[in-house]
Amino acid sequence: MTSPVLVGKNARRFTAPGVIPGFGLTFGYTLIYLGLIVLFPLATLIWWASGLGLSGLCAIAAEPRVAAALRTTFFISFAAAIVDLFFGLIVAWALTRYDFAGRRLLDAFVDLPFALPTAVAGISLAALYSPNGWFGAPLADYDIKIAFTRWGILVALIFIGLPFVVRTVQPIISELEVELEEASATLGAGRAQTVLHVMLPPLAPALLTGFALAFARSIGEYGSVIFIAGNIAYVSEIAPLLIVVKLEQYDVAGATGIATIMLAISFAALLLINLVQAWSRRRFGHV
Amino acid sequence: MSEIAIAGGRRAKYRPVTEDSPLARYALIATAVLFLALFLLAPLAIVFFEAFSKGLDAFLSVFHDPDALAAIRLTLLVAALAVPANLVFGLAASWSIAKFSFPGKSVLITLIDLPFSVSPVVAGLVYVLVFGGQGLFGAWLAEHGVRIIFAVPGIVLATIFVTFPFVARELIPLMQEQGKVEEEAALTLGASGFRTFLTVTLPNIKWGLLYGVLLCNARAMGEFGAVSVVSGHIRGLTNTIPLQVEILYNEYNNVAAFALAVLLAGLALVTLGLKTFLEWRHADELSGRARRH
Repeated sequence: MTSPVLVGKNARRFTAPGVIPGFGLTFGYTLIYLGLIVLFPLATLIWWASGLGLSGLCAIAAEPRVAAALRTTFFISFAAAIVDLFFGLIVAWALTRYDFAGRRLLDAFVDLPFALPTAVAGISLAALYSPNGWFGAPLADYDIKIAFTRWGILVALIFIGLPFVVRTVQPIISELEVELEEASATLGAGRAQTVLHVMLPPLAPALLTGFALAFARSIGEYGSVIFIAGNIAYVSEIAPLLIVVKLEQYDVAGATGIATIMLAISFAALLLINLVQAWSRRRFGHV
Repeated sequence: MSEIAIAGGRRAKYRPVTEDSPLARYALIATAVLFLALFLLAPLAIVFFEAFSKGLDAFLSVFHDPDALAAIRLTLLVAALAVPANLVFGLAASWSIAKFSFPGKSVLITLIDLPFSVSPVVAGLVYVLVFGGQGLFGAWLAEHGVRIIFAVPGIVLATIFVTFPFVARELIPLMQEQGKVEEEAALTLGASGFRTFLTVTLPNIKWGLLYGVLLCNARAMGEFGAVSVVSGHIRGLTNTIPLQVEILYNEYNNVAAFALAVLLAGLALVTLGLKTFLEWRHADELSGRARRH
């Protein structure tokens, strides 16, 4: 490597020399395919949005119906991610730490929201919670309405987000070191103290990551929500639905504006995830 | 501690310090099981319940409807185009990323994952902005009589977009873990590049590849939001199964909607079953770092 001839030759190379062939072909194909399918269409969206300008985007976001839809999407996604955080931790804990009949089967079913098409989830949740459904009918006796209200959106987003929390937290729970628990107990901590002060803190980054993933997914979710939401403008209309409505009205600028704002929110969530993981690697040595 | 107690002839009174109390244990198991039953199993169960609520004949008659059959054919066609396209891309991307070092690699990996952070509706919208009537190439396409939006090509493109990362994100970490020593050995022994790929690389990654293809296919056949934006909902022509389900449901034709939904739910169950089998049987031949989506 110290040979000046080699250094001179390598200096102009993009990739280090080796016997493995096919870099030009596979790398070139990767870039072209990525560019054509993903980057160019997304760049077109940004180009359209830049045509609107910042003032145009603000004007679209300030439209009462758009503002209401963005608020609904943001706050209900946040609430659903909180519910998923709480129950996702319990589910992950029970599936990882305890053994009980049907544990493996339930564990496999946690991925159901990833595998079940969103339209199917949507119509089955709507059927369950509608006033004559399995859950809707008993709740209607107490004057509780879920389907075709904001609560319906919450139920659908809880469904969609659950696996993100469970699957992010599960590996960390199974890697918790038993020596730390023993040390904590021998030093006189009660079980509750051990769980709260020794076992839960290392789970925090994974919980936060799972929360952010569930939240980001919920912001963009469409299929599972629209059937159960009722889609009443200003009340239970989500931002992705409003994009579809605007497109049907040939209001491409309006649709582009909402889409740009939603992209900004999900990229912010993605950035948060990366920051949390970088921090976690420094603090705990794992993601 | 417990062993001493047993030796003394009494039942163990103490539990290990690393175990939760039975009460906490049962409460947590009960909460988890109840939550999963209410939120995951009930929605799955009602699909089958509603589909067969009017009997087997009513269920079967749904599949005599030409529109339903057209939807099934279109879904199969879209998956048959989108999955191989992303399979080839996944192989190319993972080969270039795992076997070579070059600047900007982590940026490239992030960009490949990008479609997962984009709402399905936005994924559909970006193609409308490129190929739609008011879009970038809209006027040119109309002039030449080419339809992409509200036609099958748009549906295929939108499906490729939303399923873009599935194969690549499974193969990249797997091939990075495996390194390139085996390929280098084969190549220095005189095998051609293509033969090395077929006889050395492919056998090493086959289970990971199958895993990625399974998830890619499930999403391709079930995609709703992105496809809904670009499809135009023309019966018998541009409706995939999920879109047909929506139309039938909105017409209060519950049996038909849920009968078609049974096909998709069945696909989801088969996917989950195979996925669990691969994770259990071939865990070391799948990438440990692939996040599941």
